[in-house]
Amino acid sequence: MGNFVMPSLGADMEVGTLASWLVKVGDEVKRGAVIAEVETAKGLIEIEVFEDGVITDILVETDVEVPVGTVLAEIRPIGEPVAVEEVKPVPVSAEEAHPMDHRPLIKRTNGTAAVKRTNGRKSRKRIKASPVAQRLARELGIDLANVVGTGPNGVINKEDVEQAAQVKQPPVIEAPPPPQKPAVEKREFLVQKTDKADKVAVKAAEKAKAEKAALSMRQAIAAAMARSNRDIPHYYLETDIDMSAIQAWLAAENLKRSLRERLLPVVPLIKATALALAKVPVLNGFWLEDELQAQEAINIGFAIALRTGGLVTPALFNVDCKSVDEIMADLSDLIRRTRAGRLRSSELTDATVTLTSLGDMGVRKVYGVIYPPQVALVGFGKVMDRPWAVNGLLGVRPIMTATIAGDHRATDGRVGAQFLDELDKLLQAPEAL
Amino acid sequence: MITKTKPNNLLVTPGVETYTLTYREAVREAMREAMLRDERVFLMGEDVGNYGGCFAVSMGMLEEFGPMRVRDTPLSESGFTGAGIGAALNGMRPIVEVMTCNFSLLAMDQIVNNAATILHMSGGLFNVPLVIRTATGGGKQLAAQHSHSWEGWYAHVPGLKVIAPATVEDARCMLWTALEDPNPVMIFENSLLYNLKGEIPVDPQPIDIDKARIRRYGDDISIITFGRSLFKVLDAAEILAEEGIECEVIDLRSLRPLDDETYIDSVVKTNRALVVDEGWKSVGISAEISARIMEQAFYDLDMPVERVCGVEVPIPYAKHMEEASLPQVEDIAAAVRRMVDHG
Amino acid sequence: MKIATISRDELTLKIFDLLAMIAPEADFDDLDPNVDMRDELDIDSFDFLNFLIDLNDEVGVEIPEADYGKLVSLNDLLDYLLARM
Repeated sequence: MGNFVMPSLGADMEVGTLASWLVKVGDEVKRGAVIAEVETAKGLIEIEVFEDGVITDILVETDVEVPVGTVLAEIRPIGEPVAVEEVKPVPVSAEEAHPMDHRPLIKRTNGTAAVKRTNGRKSRKRIKASPVAQRLARELGIDLANVVGTGPNGVINKEDVEQAAQVKQPPVIEAPPPPQKPAVEKREFLVQKTDKADKVAVKAAEKAKAEKAALSMRQAIAAAMARSNRDIPHYYLETDIDMSAIQAWLAAENLKRSLRERLLPVVPLIKATALALAKVPVLNGFWLEDELQAQEAINIGFAIALRTGGLVTPALFNVDCKSVDEIMADLSDLIRRTRAGRLRSSELTDATVTLTSLGDMGVRKVYGVIYPPQVALVGFGKVMDRPWAVNGLLGVRPIMTATIAGDHRATDGRVGAQFLDELDKLLQAPEAL
Repeated sequence: MITKTKPNNLLVTPGVETYTLTYREAVREAMREAMLRDERVFLMGEDVGNYGGCFAVSMGMLEEFGPMRVRDTPLSESGFTGAGIGAALNGMRPIVEVMTCNFSLLAMDQIVNNAATILHMSGGLFNVPLVIRTATGGGKQLAAQHSHSWEGWYAHVPGLKVIAPATVEDARCMLWTALEDPNPVMIFENSLLYNLKGEIPVDPQPIDIDKARIRRYGDDISIITFGRSLFKVLDAAEILAEEGIECEVIDLRSLRPLDDETYIDSVVKTNRALVVDEGWKSVGISAEISARIMEQAFYDLDMPVERVCGVEVPIPYAKHMEEASLPQVEDIAAAVRRMVDHG
Repeated sequence: MKIATISRDELTLKIFDLLAMIAPEADFDDLDPNVDMRDELDIDSFDFLNFLIDLNDEVGVEIPEADYGKLVSLNDLLDYLLARM
């Protein structure tokens, strides 16, 4: 019997409100399907299920706020017989859950919350691997999702991991979930047909709601960033990069494209960041349990500011394996859904590094605060025409300052320097992107 | 794959001058030596004197040491075990022979409620330096009431030491150490081992009774066993070696205390563990070993611990059924192949 | 979409409608038609690109990237579009 729990959608989340159920008791669900929506400080998040099965019980009603780790529903894996006697967590109703008293709302199964928090990334897909294989994979930075198991029933064993480590083949590219929602539903403008009084009332209510959401997001960011600055010894490096090649390339590319297909200037930067990380993989991962757990997949958390204040850093998946057009499409979809508050849970949990670009704002350099448990944050400033010496001559070139904030527990400045150097090289040869 | 850092040898102290004798003779020699060295040592039990022991272990000892030191007892396990406890409390060093461990159940109250507890219940005032020797195991068509392996039951009890010498050298050399122990020690001798021949040093020295030993070195799998099963495991390991599978064979020797370090270190090396025990699986020694491996070496396991144990029935009388109820060489080899072939 | 004729005021309202989707909190009555529109309304490059896409759907003018620099204020945009519709 599996438990579907309130997921932790990042280091800063402690509670979530169940906004709606997209399934009912008796429904069959497939791994990866969105089965519920949760209202969080980051907006309405679509929550994916991590196993195939049948929903046998729904334990938390809609509009109830519960702590991370709370069992929301029970799922019986396909093929598992119906248990005759089972101690069921007591359902939580809205009345019981409010106000936020600190008695446990429902009986948690053994350590569900803890397991979810520390191992969520790994156990999410229920990959069967022997204990030593799991340990070894962690030590070698092998993503078990890309290892073929040869043990009994396809279990990944030690030798499989050792072979995977030797082969060092590029990761199997997992097709990203296709964007299910076409984009922002065009918001209906209240302006048009309501009369003035209604308009004012509605606007006031919306404003109050937005302010409340903004406050809770602010508090969540405050918690995560305070933790980061407390726990992570940051080091910072910067380098100036000549952007003439990339700008010329982008202009030529966009000239070939219709308006809808145009690339934003940040797209080649995202791609170059991913490729540079592939060369310097120790910056791509997590600091967990007192060790660096480098990740095979390069999922870039892209900082997206919200007009209502605050920001979200949802993940672009497997960026190193995608073309610039795919990245642009993913980015558009992600920004739209972020602003509409329609993100999926994996997008909030699976970023392996963060990229923030404040070039639009005219800022020259960004020194970022790392989002734990990640170990690096890459920042891009505005491209500015600056005096630049090339081949002994002074000229004017478009220059951008790229920075990296690194977790000094995980890596040293030399590694950060290697990354910036790789990044610079990649941006001088844009056709390779 | 194969890294034999040490020769596979059953001798604790390889390289010394040795001679060959049987397990039966080794136990007798051990008892003779003890009685010659320490006049407080005496032997008592059913048929140990005139008959020379049910398994002929004490043959000739009555003649050598006289009826005061080699004493035949009535068929009353509880009575003579209790007498042994009393003698030990009063300064003697008795060796009580219980013909088979199946009959020791009649003395269970004396062993568990008295021998094991008196030191603790007297606040440390009285210790019980008693050695109980008893035969264990099946395989001789003696049926259920004479063939079971009860060492696991005693290994459950704090206050007792439980050892299971498998090699001739251990049979010869562990007894003295057991007698020197200030607290009760039970020695389980598999009755099918009495005819086993083996080498021992010409000048045998007392050896520890609380350490496991690696009897064969290998990298592919750790097989943990004790008593007579050791030789079945070694036979299986020989067959498997020809197939290219190198087994590391661990002889527990002591069932209480368990020498965790030796077998855990081995599992950390091989990443696979198989426990072989003639006793039943349920709530038995193999269950305990498996649990400890999980507790102490979980992140070094490449697959679940497996067990080859006695079938959970009272041991049958009929030869073919008795054989089927006990772990055999081919059962062990098959389990290893199944585990290693998947690696 | 083909639009035969459109007045400057009508086009202004249309642009405000599109901008309102990006910046719903903005009050367009107070927007100075001669200031930097993107700055004033806090429109980033992604929003701007989407605005241009929507604008193209509405008025049928596809603005090349090279011309982005000419479209600073509301008046710049109106002039640019009216000249091409």
